[in-house]
Amino acid sequence: MPYALCFLLFVIGLYCAVVKKNMVKIVIGIMVMEYAVNLFLIMLGYRFGGKAPIVVEEDIVGAGGQLSSLFINSSVDPLPQALVLTAIVISLGSLALMISICIRTYERYGTFDITEIRRLKG
Amino acid sequence: MAIFYILLLFIITAAIIAVETKNLLSAVICVGAIGFGASLMFLFLRAPDIAITQIVVEVLGLIILIRVCISRELTFISGPREFFAVVVSVVIIFAIFLAGIKVLETLPAFGTPIFAEVPDAASQTYVEEGLRKTGAANLVASVILDFRAYDTLGEATVLFTAIIGATVILRKKTKKLLEEPDV
Repeated sequence: MPYALCFLLFVIGLYCAVVKKNMVKIVIGIMVMEYAVNLFLIMLGYRFGGKAPIVVEEDIVGAGGQLSSLFINSSVDPLPQALVLTAIVISLGSLALMISICIRTYERYGTFDITEIRRLKG
Repeated sequence: MAIFYILLLFIITAAIIAVETKNLLSAVICVGAIGFGASLMFLFLRAPDIAITQIVVEVLGLIILIRVCISRELTFISGPREFFAVVVSVVIIFAIFLAGIKVLETLPAFGTPIFAEVPDAASQTYVEEGLRKTGAANLVASVILDFRAYDTLGEATVLFTAIIGATVILRKKTKKLLEEPDV
């Protein structure tokens, strides 16, 4: 059920990116889709009563950094977290790129309306 | 468990307002609400690193988004596109939603991660051996900086390219050079 709500968020973003006429609204729709995908990936690794994947001193048993089976069996998945961490930062870079395209288009045509822009060009 | 539903409904409400409001500045503020809601959600999903990164990125992204819609006239664009196209795209999106719900049923239930059921999954190795092999107490850091360092390098390249693109598009200097007549 939380997966379905997450997918609903993705669909809202898709609707915004496909149907709206305002360029900034399209950027907002793409951002909403990014949030939905990041949330979904993190949710895949969650387990009930899980711990954050950070080792504290009580979790270490024995020499050489052997971890207790309690920690191994209750830690959430660190792999999606590591990949989403970089994906979030990249989404900021792509947002800056999209917004700079919007600003330049506004300076050129004086509007954010994509139908107007199409008409002026052709 | 209830906290996840509350936060998800909050995020979805903010998304609907951001999509449907006419005023561009309110839409941008609602994007901020989505981002901070997502950050809280990451915190409750036991991902503190993601939550911190999300807050920082959200603040920067809000500044960028407000930059575009402040002091711009004609930010009110009313009315959807052609009626037929809107109906067709809404029908297609609804079909995608139904198909996606069907696919999500094949996943294990929320709260039971896939890697726990597969004994030799990559994540299982990272959890068991992360501290011993890399010496990092934070297993996320051990994955991004050691086990998958090439991934991180590649993603840094992508980020660099995106920033170079934004800088080139926003640069004022090239325009002047283009306007000057050829010598």
